[in-house]
Amino acid sequence: MLDNISILLQAPIFAVDLLVQGLLIGGIFVLAAYGLALVWGVMNVKNLAQGDMVILGGYVAYQCTLWGIHPILALPIAFVVLFVLGWGVYATIIRRVVDRDMFTSLLATFGLSLLIQQALNLRFGPEVKIAEAGFGTFDIGDLSIPAIRFVGLGLAAILAICIVLFMRNSRMGQAIRATSQDPRAARVLGINTDQVYAFTYALNAAICGAAGVLVAMIWNIQPFYGLVHSIRAFIIVTAAGLGNLPGVIVAGFGLGVWENYSGFIFGAEFAVAAVVGLLVVVLMVRLFQMYRLRQVVR
Amino acid sequence: MSAQKLDLSLYGVLVAAGILVPLLAPAFTSQMAILWLMVLMAVTWDMTGGQMGYNSLGNIAFFGIGMYASAVVQIGIVYDVAEYTAAFGAIKVDFTVEQYWTGLLLGIGFGGVVATVFALIIGPFMLGLRGPYFAIGTLGLAVAVAELVSGWSYVGGGSGISMPVFPGEAASGSQVFYVLLFVLAILAHVVIRAIYKTRFGLAINAIRDDEDKAEAMGIHTTRYKVTAWMVPAFFMGMAGAVFGNMSGFIEPLEVAFPTATFGIFMVAMALLGGKGTVWGPVLGAILFHIVKEVTWTHLLGWQWVALGAIIIINIVYFQQGILGWAQDRWPSLFGVTVDEKTTRTGQAEAAK
Repeated sequence: MLDNISILLQAPIFAVDLLVQGLLIGGIFVLAAYGLALVWGVMNVKNLAQGDMVILGGYVAYQCTLWGIHPILALPIAFVVLFVLGWGVYATIIRRVVDRDMFTSLLATFGLSLLIQQALNLRFGPEVKIAEAGFGTFDIGDLSIPAIRFVGLGLAAILAICIVLFMRNSRMGQAIRATSQDPRAARVLGINTDQVYAFTYALNAAICGAAGVLVAMIWNIQPFYGLVHSIRAFIIVTAAGLGNLPGVIVAGFGLGVWENYSGFIFGAEFAVAAVVGLLVVVLMVRLFQMYRLRQVVR
Repeated sequence: MSAQKLDLSLYGVLVAAGILVPLLAPAFTSQMAILWLMVLMAVTWDMTGGQMGYNSLGNIAFFGIGMYASAVVQIGIVYDVAEYTAAFGAIKVDFTVEQYWTGLLLGIGFGGVVATVFALIIGPFMLGLRGPYFAIGTLGLAVAVAELVSGWSYVGGGSGISMPVFPGEAASGSQVFYVLLFVLAILAHVVIRAIYKTRFGLAINAIRDDEDKAEAMGIHTTRYKVTAWMVPAFFMGMAGAVFGNMSGFIEPLEVAFPTATFGIFMVAMALLGGKGTVWGPVLGAILFHIVKEVTWTHLLGWQWVALGAIIIINIVYFQQGILGWAQDRWPSLFGVTVDEKTTRTGQAEAAK
C-alpha cells in the first residue's frame, strides 16, 4: 500500500492520469444518482433497483451490438425501453408502496433488483460483457486516455442538460416539481399525482438505462454488478443532501476520483470495499450532524 | 387454550417434527438442517427488525464472521491456517477425532463470541442511523465485510478455505450438524421468547413505537438497541460456525456472506410469517423453505426469478404477514387487548 502511494508521489503524471479517469467516470455516476435523487425527492421511494436498471441498460446496448447496432445509437433505444419498463414497474409494484413506510419501498425494490439480476443471468450468463464502441485512445502530453471516456462524459453531459431543461421548462417538469414540494396541494390544484409519480419513476429508469449504455461502453457489465451501482448512487445522494443538484454533481465526480485512487492504492480487490466503506463514512457523518442538531434542541 | 399452553404445544410439535422427520425420511436430513438454519435466521432477525423496528439488511455479516472465526480457530489450533486455503493448494489434512471435536466446539463458541463482539463495536455507530439509512448502512456493512474478507489472503481470500473433514461417515456427519442446528434454532427461539417477556422486551417495543418518546421516558435507548443487536449476532455467529463445518468449504461471497440469498431470505421469511410476532418468523421460515424447495425442483433455472417475485408479492400485497393478518382479524386469540374506542365498529357503538 505504501509502495503504491510512493509510486503516485514519484510519478505525478500517473496521479493526474488517475484523476482524469476518475472525473470521466464520475460523470456517469452523476446520471444514476440524479435519477435516484429525483425518485427519492418526489416520491420518497428508495430505489434499490437503481443499479440493476443501469446494468439492464448496459445489456440493451450489448444486445444491440450483437444485432450490429452501434452502442451510441443504442442510447436512445435503451432510454425508450427502460422508460416503458419503468412505467410497468410503477404500475405493478411502486404504486402500492409509495404511501407506505420507507422500508417497504426499500425491500420491494430489493426484490425487484433480485428479479432483474437473475433474469439477466438466465438470458446472458454470468460472464463479464462489454459493448465495444471501437474508439481509439489519444494523447494529451504524456497522458494516454481512451477517447470513449470523453465521448461518454460528453453524452452524459448532454443528457443531463436535456433533463434539467425538461424539468425546468416543460409542463410535466413543473408538475413533478410541484408534487415534490407538496403532493396534497398539487392534487388539489388539479395535478394527477399518480401520473406524475409514474412519469418520474419511468424517467428515472430511462436515465439509468442511458447511464447503463455508457457503463457498458466504457467499463464492463455483469448481471450482479448492479448492487455496487446502487450503493454508489446512494452514497452520492446521501452525501449531497436531498434536492441539491450541484451537490450531486460534485459528489459524483468526487466518488469517481476516490474510487480510482483507492483502487490503485489499496489494490483492485478492495475497490468495492472502498466504495462501501465510504458509504458507511458518509452515513456516520450524517449521524453526527444529526446529534449536533439534537443537542441544539436540548 | 391459554397462550402459555399454546406455546408449549407448539414447541412440542416443533421438537416432534425435528426428531421424527430425519428418522422417518433420512434423505431429508440436510434439507431439514437448512430449514432449522432458516428458522434461526428469521427468529433472530425479527428481534431487531420486528420487535425493535430497526430493519437490518446486514445481519448476514454476523453469520459469515462467525463462520470465519470458527474456521480460524478450528484449523489454527492444529495447523497453520494459511496452509489450509484453496490458494495454497487445498491440502486436506486429516484431524484426529479428538482434535476435531474440541475444534468444533471451540469454533462454535468463538463464532458466537466474535460475532457478538463485532456487533458491540459496530452497534453504537450503525444503530444511530434511522429508518432506511439503517437498512442501507447495514446492507453496505455486509457487502463491505464480504469484500474485506475476500481480500484477506490469510484465510484464502476470494478462493476460500476448506474446513476440517468430519471423522467418520458422511451420513453421521450430516446428522451431527442437523442436531446442532436444530438445538440452536430451538434455543434461539426459547431465549428470545423469554427476553420478550421481560422489561427488555417492553423497552425495545417502546423503541419501535416511538424512539424519541422512549428516550424521554428515561430508557437508555442506545444500550437497549445495541443489546438487541448482539443477541441475534450471537446466535447467527454460532449458526455460521455450524454451517461452515456442514458445507465443508467456505468462501466469502456465496457461502459466508450471501447477502442476496440468505441475507434477504431472513427478512422475507419474517415478513411472510408476520414480523413482530413470536411465532410468525417460524411459520414464515417453514413456508418459505417449502416454497423455495418446490420452485427449486420444478422451476429449475427460474427458481431465483420466482423467489424475487415471491418476495415482491409478499412485501407489496401482503405486508403484515400471515400471523400479523390473523392477529388483526382475531386479536383476542393472541392475547392482544384492543381499545374498542380506536376501532371503527367501536366508534359506531359509542356514538349510539
